[in-house]
Amino acid sequence: MTSPAPLIVSVTDASKRFVLHKDKSVKERLLNLRRARQHRVDFWALHNITLDIESGTTVGLVGHNGSGKSTLLKVIGGIIQPTSGTVKRRGRIAALLELGAGFHPDLTGRENVYLNASILGLSRAETDRYFDDIVEFSEIGEFIDSQVKFYSSGMYVRLAFSVAIHVDPDLLLVDEVLAVGDEPFQRKCMDKIQQFQREGRTIVFVSHSADQVMQLCDRVIVLDHGRMIFDGDAEGGIAALRESFVAGTAATDTTGATVLEELTTGARVESVRLTSTKTNLAGDFLPGGDISVAVRYRIASVDPGLIVGIGIQTPAGNAVYGINTHGMSLGLPSKPGTYDVAFLLPDSALAKGEYHVRATIYAANRSTIDDAPLAASFRVEDQTAAVGVVRFDTTATVGRLD
Amino acid sequence: MTDSGAAERAARIETLPMVQVGRTQGFFRGAVRSLGEIWSQRELLGLLVRRELKARYKDSSLGVLWSLVRPLTQLLIYYFAVGQILGVARAVPDFAIFVFVGLTGWTLFIEIVGNGTKSIISNGGLVKKVYLPREIFPLASVGGALFSFAMQFLILITATLVLSRFPLTPDLPYALLGIVLIIVFGTALGILLAGLTVYLRDLEHLVEVILAVLFWASPIVYSYAFVSNAISGTWLEQLYLANPVTVAILGMQKGLWLAGSLAEGGVVWPPDLALRMWIALGVSLVLLWVSQRIFARLQGNFAQEL
Repeated sequence: MTSPAPLIVSVTDASKRFVLHKDKSVKERLLNLRRARQHRVDFWALHNITLDIESGTTVGLVGHNGSGKSTLLKVIGGIIQPTSGTVKRRGRIAALLELGAGFHPDLTGRENVYLNASILGLSRAETDRYFDDIVEFSEIGEFIDSQVKFYSSGMYVRLAFSVAIHVDPDLLLVDEVLAVGDEPFQRKCMDKIQQFQREGRTIVFVSHSADQVMQLCDRVIVLDHGRMIFDGDAEGGIAALRESFVAGTAATDTTGATVLEELTTGARVESVRLTSTKTNLAGDFLPGGDISVAVRYRIASVDPGLIVGIGIQTPAGNAVYGINTHGMSLGLPSKPGTYDVAFLLPDSALAKGEYHVRATIYAANRSTIDDAPLAASFRVEDQTAAVGVVRFDTTATVGRLD
Repeated sequence: MTDSGAAERAARIETLPMVQVGRTQGFFRGAVRSLGEIWSQRELLGLLVRRELKARYKDSSLGVLWSLVRPLTQLLIYYFAVGQILGVARAVPDFAIFVFVGLTGWTLFIEIVGNGTKSIISNGGLVKKVYLPREIFPLASVGGALFSFAMQFLILITATLVLSRFPLTPDLPYALLGIVLIIVFGTALGILLAGLTVYLRDLEHLVEVILAVLFWASPIVYSYAFVSNAISGTWLEQLYLANPVTVAILGMQKGLWLAGSLAEGGVVWPPDLALRMWIALGVSLVLLWVSQRIFARLQGNFAQEL
């Protein structure tokens, strides 16, 4: 772009306070009139957010649950008014906060398309023009004239999504609704989003999927307890998000340690140690090394048939790999005592990134005895341009066909 | 990344002014802006009204006819119970028409207020997820109420034709003014209560009770002559006539109830009815404006209160 892109959203020093009332009825309000202050709890969902978004960018809002990202999205959308500060914006906006929010179960698909399109800001003439496209994209076909209450949930969501992306917005706000429908439909949605990006539309979306953020965003904003802790490119954003995850993890570790001594029944994961035969100076694992996962656990009293499993996950919680001793036909002792079970994962094919290791102890009937979801973590360092969780020594060739 | 469409879009966006999200709080400018927003959404308003009506009668085989059954039943009950058995009909000529005029006006009023009060809560899904000028929801209830009113009015006119007492008299404008007054006053209350109910859920039930009481505070099943006999010239009469719904219904009766307006026998009208109606309309318009401002102030927190 030659000239700097114009601003489309400008948030200045916006804060949002939620007041949680403990009483809702007239009677309670009147009775507690004098002590009203005691019966409300203030909760700041956003703290002094200042943010400018240029037109044509795709911005991802990430953060763990309760970090205020959905609130920020609603503030930008005008659905919630900030307690202080201002939000300015221009251009046509469409918000996909919940698919089919305006659908009425008793009306037919066709009537709902018109209604929902109108709610999203389309005139009747425009809806007429897009109607066939909408129906075709949603793959609803002849059911368009049946009442929506008879639709399957997949059909419902597909129709709603289809309406939403046909409203020609300049600014699209999306709240975790991209994962709808079956896989081919999801791919279609992603294609549509990418087409939106090429058309210079601005997209602000909330996501929990690091992959999606990496794939789509030019810019990532990380929120933590209502504060902006990072604003920059996607890679840096994901890194900042992981740090905030790890910080959260460390906090739970210390609380877990205090109750460790009181084990009288069952079994408990005591620790998980990770080593690799190939590491760099910083202690990051390198590709091709043999990773060893040693799970130390203590048994107080258990029935025979104990199973220990491990899982490797991304910080966003997506499973990368998992295995347990039952699957490997390894019988474990059930006498009280402390044991180490070591898994060796030779020739690591994990791609660059941060990983968490989970350790779980199951009984023979697969009920969980103890679970340590974030028992340990490690980092893989790699010189590669690829994305994803597995690595290949990829080569590429090109041949001329004519 | 970019193609020519994107550059065009950026250029177009650059020309648009940045608009502050949310409502202007100014007493006058804010109201004008809200009005503009609602006007720009009038198409949606129409669709919401149609949705209400369609959904209400979707799976019933009699459909719209049901919206007539209730007032007709009420008419029969009051005609026989109050008119014939209690003997009010002897003092009131054309008692059936008289009651039906009053009932039609009253039903319009309670539907606007009652459905308006519930409108924000019953549309909670939309309020929480999409930004629209929220006044649209109480206004859609007004639209739905007007539809049932139109159906009843049609029956009323047909009845006057059948009884060959079609109200084509100089008093007909009274009826029009009365209807407008009910709509404006009802809308003002509907918008105000819709906003307040989000914060105080009890209002929904309280309003129902109060409306049931107020039914007897207007001359619907009894004529104004009874009131006049009992409390004429006292401050109670002034209080009675300060109710906009009462003067609106009196106006409708004066315009549409031919037997009464021709004053064949003992029918009494309050003094200065036209003046009272204009004053009530003026007050209702101010009330409408004030309630819209209160609503605008309240609506900022709707999404989190629902």
